[in-house]
Amino acid sequence: MPNSLIQIQNISKSYWRDSIEIPVLNDITLDVHEGEFLALMGPSGSGKTTLLNLIAGIDRPSKGTITVNGTNIASLSESALAKWRSHNIGFVFQFYNLIPVLTAFENVELPLLLTSLSKANRRKHVELALNVVGLGDRIHHYPKQLSGGQEQRVAIARAIVTDPTLLVADEPTGDLDKRSAEEIMVLLDRLNQEYKKTIVMVTHDPRAAERAHVQRHLDKGELT
Amino acid sequence: MRILKLILKNSLRHKLRTFLTILGMSIAVMAFGVLRTVVEMWYEGVEAAAPNRLITRHAVSFIFPLPYSYREQIAKVPGIETVSFANWFGGTYIDKNKFFARMAVDPETIFDVYPEFIIDAKELETFKRERNSCIVGYEIAKQYGFKIGDIIPLDGDIYPGKWEFVVRGIYKPRTQSTDATQMLFHFSAVDERMKVEMPGREGLIGWYIVKIKDPNQAGTISDQIDALYKNSSNATKTETERAFTQSFISGLNSLLAAMNFVSFVIIGIIMLVLGNTMIMSARERIQEYAVLKTLGFSGGHLIGLILGESLVISAFGAGLGLFLTYPVVATIAAIVPKGFFPYFFITPTTLILSATSALSIGLLASIFPIQRAIGTKIVDGLRHIG
Amino acid sequence: MKIPMKYIIRNFRTRRLTTMITVFGIALVVFVFAAVLMMAYGIQRTLVATGSPDNVLVARKAANGEISSIILRNDYNTVLTLPHIAKDPNSQPLVSGETVVIINIYKKAGGLSNVTVRGVAPQAFTIRPQVKIVEGRQFTTGAREVIVGASVAKNFVNTAVGEKITFGGDTWTIVGRFDAGSGFNSEIWGDNDQLQAAFRRQGGYSTVTFKLDQSDAFSSFKAAFDREPRLQQFEPKKEQRFFEEQSEDMALFIRILGIFITIIFSFGATIGAMITMYAAVANRTVEVGTMRALGFRRRSILTAFLTESLTISLIGGLIGLVFASFLQFFSISTLNFSSFSELEFSFALSPSIIIWSLFFTLMMGFLGGFLPAVRASRLNIVNALRSA
Repeated sequence: MPNSLIQIQNISKSYWRDSIEIPVLNDITLDVHEGEFLALMGPSGSGKTTLLNLIAGIDRPSKGTITVNGTNIASLSESALAKWRSHNIGFVFQFYNLIPVLTAFENVELPLLLTSLSKANRRKHVELALNVVGLGDRIHHYPKQLSGGQEQRVAIARAIVTDPTLLVADEPTGDLDKRSAEEIMVLLDRLNQEYKKTIVMVTHDPRAAERAHVQRHLDKGELT
Repeated sequence: MRILKLILKNSLRHKLRTFLTILGMSIAVMAFGVLRTVVEMWYEGVEAAAPNRLITRHAVSFIFPLPYSYREQIAKVPGIETVSFANWFGGTYIDKNKFFARMAVDPETIFDVYPEFIIDAKELETFKRERNSCIVGYEIAKQYGFKIGDIIPLDGDIYPGKWEFVVRGIYKPRTQSTDATQMLFHFSAVDERMKVEMPGREGLIGWYIVKIKDPNQAGTISDQIDALYKNSSNATKTETERAFTQSFISGLNSLLAAMNFVSFVIIGIIMLVLGNTMIMSARERIQEYAVLKTLGFSGGHLIGLILGESLVISAFGAGLGLFLTYPVVATIAAIVPKGFFPYFFITPTTLILSATSALSIGLLASIFPIQRAIGTKIVDGLRHIG
Repeated sequence: MKIPMKYIIRNFRTRRLTTMITVFGIALVVFVFAAVLMMAYGIQRTLVATGSPDNVLVARKAANGEISSIILRNDYNTVLTLPHIAKDPNSQPLVSGETVVIINIYKKAGGLSNVTVRGVAPQAFTIRPQVKIVEGRQFTTGAREVIVGASVAKNFVNTAVGEKITFGGDTWTIVGRFDAGSGFNSEIWGDNDQLQAAFRRQGGYSTVTFKLDQSDAFSSFKAAFDREPRLQQFEPKKEQRFFEEQSEDMALFIRILGIFITIIFSFGATIGAMITMYAAVANRTVEVGTMRALGFRRRSILTAFLTESLTISLIGGLIGLVFASFLQFFSISTLNFSSFSELEFSFALSPSIIIWSLFFTLMMGFLGGFLPAVRASRLNIVNALRSA
């Protein structure tokens, strides 16, 4: 029985707009196992991105606990959470979110600046990550010189360069054409099968969801 | 320090905007430097006054003359080394714009009480010997091309008539704060002529210059000199040269206060230009800062980035501004006739003030953007569309 | 098709903070610009008002001010022989030979300063009707009495009516306060004979002022003056002109310094405006693309952005001018370079200052907005639309 990497227990989340409380997640309980590839699906407004954000530690739940690899992240302070994120999470966004003034190489290197690795060591890790995603030849180009698919690969390389516990992806293929989307999904699949990365992905693309082991659906803040 | 590279790259993101910001800042820093220099030069005379020199003038105001006969009595006051005097001649050299100080003095003692006027011994000897000779300061000689042997014609006003003096020496200033724009000639030349042409006006000098042995005795000796003439019709007021110079400036207090106020406004302008830029940059990068936070960069890192960029820009702005201040000050010094501003140079205080102001602005201008970046929640930032 | 003003105005509200900063910067620049011009104009106006249009002042040619001018008795008498000097009903010439000196008094604000003391003849009040006693009375001829100008009473200690001042080896009683609405307000007046005796200047006067018998007689008077060989060392000037010249050094200094500062400021404000406008353009590329796609021409885009810039600067300029106009309630007392004595003057606004300020404002708005507006107008439609 593979270990439970993420334990989400009775999570609720609400937002406040002026003085009105808007509930987004309602008493969610969920386990994610090590090496699992989970797809979170649901209609727009179902709270799937919110759940993803909570798992990734970029938002805090209103109620409940989230334990990742033994750590209750909801109880960490902001700076502790930041540190935790740098060691444990790799985030892939829908719109890539690369820093425009940095080259592909420098973008991938960015998370490593938070470590104490030497320049030579960092270079090794970056080159390795870029090779894994298949972008060895474009490393000194700027984002605006890359296609959408290439940008997303750089983003994935950035997400894996610190060898994080968990990869989190928010609509990774949302902005890509059919062929590039397929390539990205193949890559994510490989990361999961070959490199044993645990992946939690939000998507409403059924073809992307097919690659995952487990599919969970969210509707109006509840798991169905 | 790879973060530095990110900072630099951020600054170069909008090259035009960064360039304009640096340019705007540098011009303001330069203006601040020039304005402060004008104010400082006025006060420099006060600073450069010798602590062991007293000025004895008429108690009513400096435009009233004192009898020449006071000299012997003053010399008897204990603690005094030398007593000399000067008389403001005024007059016009060619036209009113060619203004410089013209003084009728005692050739025997004047260079003793002003040791910072450096004069060649032979030139001094000639000057003492020839009654119609004069010695001019280096800066005036340079500006008007006076050479030894030249005749300087003056059109007198206080002492009416046409006068001519032969240049027999050129004195050099000991420091950059020494006035090298004076024209000195024999008091006896003026006095003799007054005896003949305007009887009743001879035997009167402008003020006494008293060199004392111990600067700490300045107060006591001043009181003693004034006590000699307290009840006479020409009472005196004796004070240190510093106080005397200061009293000339105090009339300009409102003007100087206005100029100081304006320097602060200049600082405000620098702040606005830089602040405006930083706010704009911050607004565009809210999403990016959220991404960095996602990657694990902490609030401290972001502060470093924003502050770093602000300081880099203000450092360049300050550097360029200071660099520009020198030629502007030099141009002003060259254009304004030497007699009005005998010296015009940038003091270390001005340099330090300019640099620190610019850098503190760099600090202040980043406060609002930092607040924004730290305060925005990651999820909001990711959603933000610049 | 013209882009409606509504569009331009609404855009201000979306970038409130940076727009406000730009407006504030421009307001500040215009405020300083106007203030400096108002100061210089204030000095000139005060001094020109000092003179009357029909009066002539005779002083030594080489003199740099009244205090360094000397007219001996003989020369004074020679002047009296010249034509065109007005006479009073008793056929006495309306002439005032005056002795002008400086004394030191402490300012209420602290520190010692120089005050002009003027010994006048009784005719001085006839030829200078603008000088009016507002408190106390006129000084008595032959007594150690003086009257002080309104500015002196206001800015210096112990100068109220009834107090005594000591100078010239004697104590003088202040018997009255006068208001001339001009530079004379910064002076102390007394009987010329008394003051001459006190200062031991019986040999002559500093200057001589008289009234012309006809308003346009100055040139004939001057011609007669120049023909007189004994008066070669002296020069007649219309009184207004003489005092106006006394303001020139100071006014010039203030104007040069002030304009230098303002130009620097305007660089700062213009650059600020430029940065703001460039950002505005960059943020609205999609809109611009859309408008062009709808059919608006390049020129309209350029005009719209330029108008936006000009409007921002105009608002800033008007704010600055309004605040500057409040300065008219303030006055400054400072040393005048030419006379070496205190002069009180207030900031004065003139139509030409308003016009120059507005022109300056629009220049800043134009320069700040032109290049960004050009960039906006040159955007390629397809790229602009795609940049969403």
